[in-house]
Amino acid sequence: MYEIVSSVKRDYIADLARQNKRTDGRTLDQLREVSVESGLIKSAQGSALVKIGNTQVLAGVKVEKGEPFPDTPESGVLMVNAELRPIAAPTFELGPPDENSIELARVVDRGIRESESIDLDKLGITPGEEVWMVYIDLHALDHDGNLLDASSLAAAAALWNIKKPEVEGWTLDQFPVQKKPIAVTVVKIGDKLIVDPSLDEENVMDARLTITTTEDGSICAIQKGGTGYLTVEEIKAAYELARAKAAELREHLK
Amino acid sequence: MEKPEKLMVDGKRLDGRGPEELRPLKIQAGVLKRADGSAYIEMGNNKVLAAVYGPRELHPRHLQQPDTAVLRCKYNMAPFSVDDRKRPGPDRRSVEISKVIREAFEPVVFTKLYPRSGIDVFMEVLQADAGTRTAAINAAAVALADAGIPMRDLVSAVSVGKVEGTIVLDLIKEEDQYGTTDMPVAMLPRKKVITLLQMDGHLTQDEFERALALAMRGCEQIYEAQKAALKAKYATKPEEE
Repeated sequence: MYEIVSSVKRDYIADLARQNKRTDGRTLDQLREVSVESGLIKSAQGSALVKIGNTQVLAGVKVEKGEPFPDTPESGVLMVNAELRPIAAPTFELGPPDENSIELARVVDRGIRESESIDLDKLGITPGEEVWMVYIDLHALDHDGNLLDASSLAAAAALWNIKKPEVEGWTLDQFPVQKKPIAVTVVKIGDKLIVDPSLDEENVMDARLTITTTEDGSICAIQKGGTGYLTVEEIKAAYELARAKAAELREHLK
Repeated sequence: MEKPEKLMVDGKRLDGRGPEELRPLKIQAGVLKRADGSAYIEMGNNKVLAAVYGPRELHPRHLQQPDTAVLRCKYNMAPFSVDDRKRPGPDRRSVEISKVIREAFEPVVFTKLYPRSGIDVFMEVLQADAGTRTAAINAAAVALADAGIPMRDLVSAVSVGKVEGTIVLDLIKEEDQYGTTDMPVAMLPRKKVITLLQMDGHLTQDEFERALALAMRGCEQIYEAQKAALKAKYATKPEEE
């Protein structure tokens, strides 16, 4: 997923970071402009288009009947899938999901699953035979950095966009969504931590830490990525940043 | 696997350990003949083999990098390693785990010394009982050292979690499945920095900080076992003198 960056640009970004500056003039803890448009896709039960700067991710939720897992015969099933289609970046290729799209989908999945955003226990139909399956599909449209946070926000927005699924056999008054988990990725460049990395920053980063928090500030998922390391102090600082920025991003879900 | 009635009784866990105790640990270096380096680990009921091939010519050649070696890690579970047979071959979980394991090793391997070559680390889980990725990392670190690959440090890993409100070290299967939280951590033991950190479940800020500190203490104990395994392989035995 990482593109080749010239050493001149690499040094420039690192130098700026050392002076607490960024190429696009933002402060280290400043997000790009964020927008969330819900309900654009009528064929999906819930949908949302999230833009963070130039990055765009479209999430669609389909609710369908299906078979439960044997170990949870009475609960609905959540599935998250991510497609990094070649339309979104010159480095994305056709073919089966690579490790980056798998990681993206699994990190978003973990945030929603572990925060119990969806009350899956309410989604049983006939125990052991039929339950509601909730498919969240993430479609990257334009990749200008930080697909992870855009995808997580799009997934949450699409879930909250479902009012009462218009599918045959649906009996509940509304869709049982109950939490707003938000992933925030903090990137380390040199010894500086920044939020909402642009594509260039992502390409030169040492390491990243994605922390998903819920409304009360507690953590429901973490994923470290990148080829560098993080100190304990950096991890604690990243958590503080993630919590503050998640609150900002959650405002867009109202 | 039936859900146990309680995961902890009187401060003891299902296997009799206290919250901050590791499972029995056994590491052996140099267990495979053909590999350039190898290691076998038993972490509780986990049994994992790791093998290192390389540095060697990297194929396919378009993956070669002119200025560095390419580190490739593959984590794989044997079909018989879990209760229900696992379909052989990579699945989404193992692809993700292979990626985070590679990222856990990137900071320590001197890849720049071997341009255009590849260093392959293969990890096979033969028997699984929660924490397989951390067991695989511990074995892979020893295997890399056994292969003579220049490294800045070893990598030691263990998972921590929350079980019935208590922060515990080195989860077993029941605790992983029915506990609240699982957080695998990999650390560079000399520098005391983190190269792998994942978590799913629920932790407050205070719990998270305690869990991270506990994991790092666990890693320090594992580091001693890793060093001992390497020393044991290369020790001169009196009768050979």
